[in-house]
Amino acid sequence: MIEIKNISKSFGDRKIINDVSFTFYPGKTNLMIGESGCGKTTILKLMVGLHSVDEGQILYSGRNFPALAPREKQDVRKEIGMLFQAGALFDSQTLEENVRFPLDMFTHLTKAEKLDRVNFCLERVKLEGRNKLYPSELSGGMKKRAALARAIANNPKYLFCDEPNSGLDPKTSIVIDDLIQDITREYNITTVVITHDMNSVLEIGENIMFIYKGQNWWVGTREEILKATNKELYDFVFASEFMQQVFKASRS
Amino acid sequence: MTLFFHIGRYFMLLFRVFSKPEKFSVYGRQIIYEIYSLGIGSLSIVSIISVFMGGVITIQAAFGFSSPWIPLYAVGFTTRESMLLEFCPTIVSLILAGKVGSNIASEIGAMRVTEQIDALEIMGVNSAGYLILPKILAAMLINPFLIAISMFLGLVGGYLMGISSGACTSYEYIFGIQAFFEPWKLYYSFTKVVVFAFLITSVASYFGYFTNGGALEVGRSSTRAVVITSILILIFNLILTQLFLAR
Ligand SMILES: Nc1ncnc2c1ncn2[C@@H]1O[C@H](COP(=O)(O)OP(=O)(O)OP(=O)(O)O)[C@@H](O)[C@H]1O
Ligand SMILES: [Mg+2]
Repeated sequence: MIEIKNISKSFGDRKIINDVSFTFYPGKTNLMIGESGCGKTTILKLMVGLHSVDEGQILYSGRNFPALAPREKQDVRKEIGMLFQAGALFDSQTLEENVRFPLDMFTHLTKAEKLDRVNFCLERVKLEGRNKLYPSELSGGMKKRAALARAIANNPKYLFCDEPNSGLDPKTSIVIDDLIQDITREYNITTVVITHDMNSVLEIGENIMFIYKGQNWWVGTREEILKATNKELYDFVFASEFMQQVFKASRS
Repeated sequence: MTLFFHIGRYFMLLFRVFSKPEKFSVYGRQIIYEIYSLGIGSLSIVSIISVFMGGVITIQAAFGFSSPWIPLYAVGFTTRESMLLEFCPTIVSLILAGKVGSNIASEIGAMRVTEQIDALEIMGVNSAGYLILPKILAAMLINPFLIAISMFLGLVGGYLMGISSGACTSYEYIFGIQAFFEPWKLYYSFTKVVVFAFLITSVASYFGYFTNGGALEVGRSSTRAVVITSILILIFNLILTQLFLAR
């Protein structure tokens, strides 16, 4: 479980995150949604300590992350798997080496066991047999999936995904969503997914926080989101003609 | 003010670089890889430069010593002294500052701007240690060998040029490069090499590591790394020379 309590962050004199509190539950896919530039990635980076919070607490199963000593922070981070918005694969390493990296660094598995694990992860993101390719030889969507494979390689307790399915076709996108949901339930992971794809929201949104201008504007589930009366949320959800059709259909 | 800021941040980075590695086997593999890429990768340029430098110095020495009072083996002697004491350790290090320094700064800088360093940090890896320590150690290990090769090839270059231009005979040159040899001077040369290797890798890594922005800034970091490293090499060359050779 991760609880964020009253966190705020300014860059210069622009207040980007304003007094956000939320609880991310284990075994559930917790979603952060909101329009581009509202501060989703910033919240995620605050949570993992890539930016420092100005105010507030971030509790990982009770441990207040910003207040930990560097060594203790490192220990918490070993339990985190993170998928960056742009992938952040290691350019100088093959796909296999990328996914194996956390295993090399933090486990004492044998070579064969590591390879098994790597192949298992690659298979789950539908990249089996691409072990020897370099990131520069992958398409944008493949990079995303490879980065997800790396994020789950070392069985994280906390999984952060920054837009896991942007740049993917609808079919692969669903595969990835399902994968995230499956492993979340299977291993009771506390998963945080950022998205602005309404399909994903309706597919996997069990605990949703809608962020508007750096504030926690609305909290609910995928069932509730279609009935929400909040104006900004409504504008976000029903921005597309398609969603309005879906909504009408569900009413009738 | 910014000078002190950079110095402080540089030493704080070094502190992280030299903190205990997560896993020695991974670091060991990185060191071998870096020895290969920093050392073997620089072998050809170092060789070419050394042969030419040796040749030029021999011609210059022969040209300067046209007086009949100076024995011809002085040509070989001068070539050896200048190559071993100054040209190989310092000039070759300056060349390496350009090649290796810009390479390191842009590699680490690119990793910074594409969030690869953040990815390392989030995995719980000490990114400074993992990325920088192997480079520093590899260069400090392999550069003395590079420079030794450079010294040898410099003397060979001098020999070829000296003989072919008729500046001196084979016998005189070989006698000259052995004359009045004081082995302790090699300590001086190789101390310089090791110090320069540390400067090149650590300073270039520093500029790469603290890049922020995009591709443009990566280029800027890399240029800055080469300029600052070169200046530091010149300064430390002066300091070490004063320490070792002042009478
Ligand atoms: N390092 C930074 N320095 C200054 N401002 C920043 C920094 N990072 C983000 N911002 C600002 O914070 C705001 C929120 O950015 P953030 O990346 O969190 O958006 P986002 O919700 O993830 O958007 P998107 O969906 O497009 O990824 C933006 O206005 C951005 O300009
Ligand atoms: Mg974002």
